[in-house]
This record gives sequence, C-alpha cells and structure tokens, in this order.
Amino acid sequence: MSHHIVEVRDLRYAYPDGTEALSGVSFRIHHGESVALVGANGAGKSTLLLHLNGCLVPSAGEVRIGDFPLTRSTLPEVRRTVGMVFQDPDDQLFMPTVHDDVAFGPLNLGLPEEDVEARVQAALATVGGEGLAKRPPYKLSGGEKRSVAIATVLAMSPSILVLDEPTSNLDPRSRRQFINLLRAFEHTKIIASHDLDMVLDLCERTIILQRGKVRADGPTRDIFADDRLLEECHLERPLSMQAR
Amino acid sequence: MHMADALISPAVGGVMWAATAGLVAYCCKKMRDGFEGFRVPLMGVLGAFIFAAQMINFTIPATGSSGHLGGGMILAILLGPYAAFLTIASVLTVQALFFADGGLLALGCNIFNLGFAPCFIVYPFIYKKIVGENPTQGRILAGAMIGAIVGLQLGAFGVVLETVFSGISELPFSTFVVLMQPIHLAIGIVEGLVTSALVLFIWKARPEILEMAAGAPATAGLSLRKVLVVLVALAVVTGGALSWFASAYPDGLEWSMAKTSGKEELEAPADGVHASLAALQEKTAFLPDYGFKSAEQAEPAEAAGAGTEPAKEEAPAWPAVDAGTSVSGLLGGTLTLLLAFGVGFLLKARHKSA
Amino acid sequence: MDIERTLFEIGALDQMALQDTPLHRLDPRTKLITAMGFILTVVSFGRYELAALLPLTLYPVALAAMGDLPAGYLLRKLLIASPFALFVGMFNPLLDRTPLLFIGSVAVSGGWISFLSILTRFCLTVSAALILVGSTGFSPVCMALGRLGMPRIFAAQLLFLYRYIFVLTEEGLRMVRARNLRSFGNKGTGVRIYGHMLGQLLLRTMDRAQRIHQAMLCRGFDGEVRLVRHCRFTSTDVAFIAGWFVYFGLARAFNLPQILGGVVTRIMA
Repeated sequence: MSHHIVEVRDLRYAYPDGTEALSGVSFRIHHGESVALVGANGAGKSTLLLHLNGCLVPSAGEVRIGDFPLTRSTLPEVRRTVGMVFQDPDDQLFMPTVHDDVAFGPLNLGLPEEDVEARVQAALATVGGEGLAKRPPYKLSGGEKRSVAIATVLAMSPSILVLDEPTSNLDPRSRRQFINLLRAFEHTKIIASHDLDMVLDLCERTIILQRGKVRADGPTRDIFADDRLLEECHLERPLSMQAR
Repeated sequence: MHMADALISPAVGGVMWAATAGLVAYCCKKMRDGFEGFRVPLMGVLGAFIFAAQMINFTIPATGSSGHLGGGMILAILLGPYAAFLTIASVLTVQALFFADGGLLALGCNIFNLGFAPCFIVYPFIYKKIVGENPTQGRILAGAMIGAIVGLQLGAFGVVLETVFSGISELPFSTFVVLMQPIHLAIGIVEGLVTSALVLFIWKARPEILEMAAGAPATAGLSLRKVLVVLVALAVVTGGALSWFASAYPDGLEWSMAKTSGKEELEAPADGVHASLAALQEKTAFLPDYGFKSAEQAEPAEAAGAGTEPAKEEAPAWPAVDAGTSVSGLLGGTLTLLLAFGVGFLLKARHKSA
Repeated sequence: MDIERTLFEIGALDQMALQDTPLHRLDPRTKLITAMGFILTVVSFGRYELAALLPLTLYPVALAAMGDLPAGYLLRKLLIASPFALFVGMFNPLLDRTPLLFIGSVAVSGGWISFLSILTRFCLTVSAALILVGSTGFSPVCMALGRLGMPRIFAAQLLFLYRYIFVLTEEGLRMVRARNLRSFGNKGTGVRIYGHMLGQLLLRTMDRAQRIHQAMLCRGFDGEVRLVRHCRFTSTDVAFIAGWFVYFGLARAFNLPQILGGVVTRIMA
C-alpha cells in the first residue's frame, strides 16, 4: 500500500436546483488515519463522501487522492484506490450471488480469472464470509450484507476505505463484529456515522460538518467532550461518555 | 391473459418464438449502439417495480373486483421502446419460469402480445403523438387512455389469433373475439387510468424524469414503415408455416369450420387403409406431403357430401372405431401411467437409500 | 397474486435448486435443451390425442423423483396456474359433440377428448417448466440461455430483474400493509391511492437505480456486465439429452399405450 493522502480543498457543491450542499470544505487525511465524519442529517456528509471517488463533481474546489487531482482521466485509478461502501447494502449487492458481487470489481479491472478467484476468496475470508459465496443476496442477514458489501470493495485492493453509516440497522452482535473487523484494517478509513460510540472506538480523529461547512476537526475525545459545540451541531455526547 | 402451452401448436409457437427472439436481439443491438450505462440497472429495477406493482391491487368501484397495473405503457414512457420491450420480455420470462404463467413455448407469443403493441405501435404513434413536446394533464390522460386501450386490444387479438391458428382449442374465432375483446376493453380502461395517474404523479413530482426519457436517443430510429414491415413479414411467415403444417394436420380455422368427420384418426385399429395412411402420416408429421393432403381432404369431403345429418350418418363413413380397440387404448393408457409413476417411485426410493 | 405469497414462491423454487442430486449436477444447458424438446414434443400432438400423450408423463415424474422435487408443491402450482387453460379448454366439450369413442355403450364426444388432451398438455408442459427451474436455478438457466445464443444484455437484464424483485416486492409489501392499516372496507383502496402508492414506489425505484449505477461505477463498471460461469458438458449430459430425445421420438412416432393395450387385451383374450 503506497502512501495515499486524501485532500480536499475548498470544496463547493450545489444541487441542480441551486441549494448549496457544501460551502467550502477543506481537510487533509494522512495514510492510515481513521477519520469520522459526523453531523446532523442534511449536513452534507453523504454528499461529501460521494466526491471522494468521483461520483459527484464539485462546483468549485479540488479533490486530491494521493498525488492525483481527481479528474476524468484519473477517475479509474481513483476508483481502484478509494473503495466506497454505501449506506444501503442492497444498492451495492446487485449480482445473483455473493461470489458474483465480490468478483464484479476485479473482473471490471480486467484481471484474469485465476486472479479474480484468488481475490474473491481473500476478500471473503477477511470479512469472515467464506461460506456465503454461493448465496443470493436476498438470503443474507443485515450483518452479512454489510460484510459482503465490504468484501466487494476489498476485492479491488483499495488503499482507502470510505463508509457511509456502516453500523445502521445492525443488531448488537453484528455491530460489535463489524467494529472489530474495521479495527483490524490498516487502510485509511473515512467513516460517516451517527453511531458516536463506534466513532469513539474506531476513529482517532473526527470532523464535524454543519450545513455544508467544517465546524470542527480534531481528536475525537476532545471534540466529544465539548458539549457546547455538540449542542450547536445538533449532536450530543456518545452514550458511553454520558453520565448515567 | 397469457397464452398457455396447452393451447398452442408447434407452428404458431415456433413462429412467435422466432419473431420475439429476433425482436429481442434487435433491441439489444439498439441498446448497444446508443449505450448509456445507467440503463442497465434502471431496466432491471423498473422490471422489478412492475413485478411488485402487479401484486398490489386496487378495488374497482361498482364491480367489487380488483385490478392492477399491466405496465407495458409506463415502461415504454420511462425507458423508450427498445429498453421497455426488453424489460417486458424479462418480466414475462420470470413469470413463465416461476409462476407457470403461460408456458415456455408460449413465452414467445406472450412477449409479443404484451410487448410489441405498447412499445412499437402505441408509444411512438399514439402516446407521443398526443402528448408531444408540451405535456398537459389532459393530453397525458388522453394519450395514456387511448394508448392502453389500443395496446390491450391488439394484445388480446393476438391471443385470439394464436389460439385459433393453433387449432387445439375448439373455440371458434367469432366466439373467442366476442369474449376477449370486451374484457380487454375494460382492462384497457383501467390500465389507462392507472398509467395516467402514475405519469401525472411523476410529472408533478419530478418532471425531469419524463424529459430524460422522452429525449433518450434510444427512441430514435423508429418509423411506421419499419413497424409495418415487421408485421407484414410476420404475417407472411406465419401463413407459410401454417400451410406447411396444415398439409400434415388439417388444423385451425379450416378445421373448426369443416368439422365433419371429426378427428385425425390416430386411435384407429391396426388395419384399414385409413389407419395405415394415418400411421404413416404420423411418422412424417413434420414433412409436408401434398399427396396426403388430397387423400385426407377427400375423406372429409366425402363424408360431408354423404349426408347432412351429423353423428349418425358419419359413423359408417369413418373407419370403424372399434370398441375393443378404444378400450385397449384406454387400458394401455392407464397401464402406461402406472408404469410411469412406478418408475418415478423406484427412482425416488433408490435415491433415498443411496 | 398475493404479494406475500410471491416472495415465498420464488424463494421456494430457488431453494429446491440448491440441492445436490445427480439431476442438479447436470449442466444447465442439458436440462434446458431437454425441457424445450419435451415441450415441443407435447405440443406437436394432434388435438384429439390423449392416450398417446401419456408415455410422456415419464419425463416430469422421473425428473421430479431424481431431483427430489416435492410432488405436492408441483401439483399445487399446477392447480394455481390452470384457470386460463381450463377456461378456454372448457369450450371444447360444449362445441364439439361428435362422438369419437365408445366405452361399452357410453359415447364420449371429441370435445371431451380434446379437453382432456388440453389438460394433459397443460400438466406436462407446466411441470416441465417448474422442474427446469427447480433443478437448475434461475441464474444458471439465464447463463445457459446466454451460452446458447441469447444476447448478453438480455441475460444481464434477467439477472438484475431477479435480484431486485425481492427488494421491491418487500417495499411493495410494506406499502400494502400500511395501506391496509389505514383503510376500511373499500375506502382508501381506490385507484387514486393506488396511483399515489405506485408513484412513490416508482420514484424510490428510480433513485435506487441511480444509486446502484453509482455503486457499479465505483467498482469499475464500463457498460459491460461480465459473468463468470464454469459449465462443462460431460458424457452424462450427452447421454441424458440423447436418451430423452430418443424416448420423445418414440412416444411421438408410435402410439405406445395403444400398442401396450393391444398386447394386453390379446393376452387376456
């Protein structure tokens, strides 16, 4: 894994109807960091994430992945480097079987069949889903779907993992397994989430977005201890940090 | 209503399958040429939408029965004719495989009946002509209504033609038409209402979807001439195939109307000229032999000439249907069934113990 | 068609396809070709043939046994699918009264024979289709069709459709339940509400399509759906096809029950 930096400079984005979703977002994430993106609904988290691998094109500003600015020509390379896991796993698992879904990325990369097979096996093994290979997606539980969704992305050997609300709708056991799984990854991780306790567990750095702007960017513990800041951003302390 | 394999003859089934397969290939080619990657998931998901929509019912006031969306028209409006045809074809394929809705051989007929008219006749020449570049509520309603009614009438008529030409069902053309068309008029009205309700909903909520669909390059290249050419070609091929088979089996309309001596005597006794002719004919069933035709046609003609009274006069003109033979036929049939099921049980038992 | 039922039906057949029997292990193309050959044979019989059709029952019966497919389930599906064939076939006895057969002194009209023939054809063809899916699975059937010449775009379409039927049917189910909870008798279930419900579902569907497309792009989608399947034609497959086609040919060329019956009556006489 090379040293990939994710850098965003004065990013602006407006919806087709004119409303501004991002009004000048800037940050720099270094290789191996685990960064959480938190904020109220509508703050612009998902929109921001979609810029990181070119799904959305900014109205102004720049996105740099590694040493490349994100442009049309660097898009394929960026998509190989930045693996994105979406909010709804059903949007991500669109092939007849789990095996087909995990193989989708490598096949599109043009890899020969044996390599594809090897990657599928490795990716499924990493998420603990070897037994799921032949299953159709509709037969998976919520936790299994999430794991497989990650596997589909891992098969492309990304250096950076971007996840949008990964623990929503998971039962406590699946959630814990998932957190442990993520903890074991050495990739750079950028996670948008409402699950502040997971953020506390996983991410040493947190960025708070409020109405399309970066409101705070610093060590997680410090940010979650700042009650006034959290209040202003329609957030509150993680449950584990609240006195009960 | 869907055609069933039970009512279809190989000629009709084969021709319609070929026609549909050709259309599918053509649509796929069109999709390749003007390819927009987003259509791939869109077609799949919209097909699933139609599938789900068909399972949600609404009550029709005054009748107490319920109805649901057919979907041909809305797909054509959202996807353009080529993609819509493929989507309809895929939905029907899944229905045929999983719900035995229509058979596998009849699938060709069903896709054609339910797909060709909405996509290639109604959408370009009725709906688009009425709604045009500047849709209004009234125009959408009119376009959807007329379009749905015409589309379903044509589809229902297709079923009638296919059934009658197959000659398996006794229903004469006139009766069938009188049954099918009015029912499908009612269904068409309902479909028109639902389709227009849907289109209006989208038009008010997100008009850009309709604009995107209407402007799609995938609607290009369709002209009245092309459609007519397809239909004429289909008629010619069907006619050819039917006369090919008609010489081996006096099937179809001709049969319903002639209906004198009754059937191809294939349960005839093992002797008699007719019987050996029949036996020979069975074996060469797929090869036209015009020599036979004249001999075959001669018999019913004789019988018709022999008397105006039906059954009684007829019986002697037939090769005698020997009671002993018929009974043995039934006996053999029962034994065959027993044998078949016996083999089945044996296989199952062996499988279980293995 | 009941929405809750549907999910179950599709799931059930697919579940059957996951079993491991000698039948399941055959190449999907084999089963597809044989099934089509079977249906063509059945359909090629003349309208008044009844006894001659019966030897063909061996095919569905034998395959259902080999493939461990539950007979009760198949029968139930046959019953559910029968209305159209019954409805149209029903006219035959009414319209065709010329007697064709005498059992003792009872005259059986041509209409009844052709009606029974229609029913037999129906049972045979429909069970063949169900057995095909139950022993092969939907995706392998699509792959087989693709290998046999169906355009790739259509195969991809079939697979996507199948994949999302479950998702959308569940969404539809939730809407229906929500509507049921807030409607009474016939109020609230009319066309207008239906239009709104479907409209919402449709918009959500279009949004979903966009998200899926994005997910595909993120994994390098370039317009071509690549599918990997390992299909191998073995000698068992060839033997299977050849054997059944010979049987179909025999059953078509000779009225086997007639012959059998004749032999038996001669023995008994």
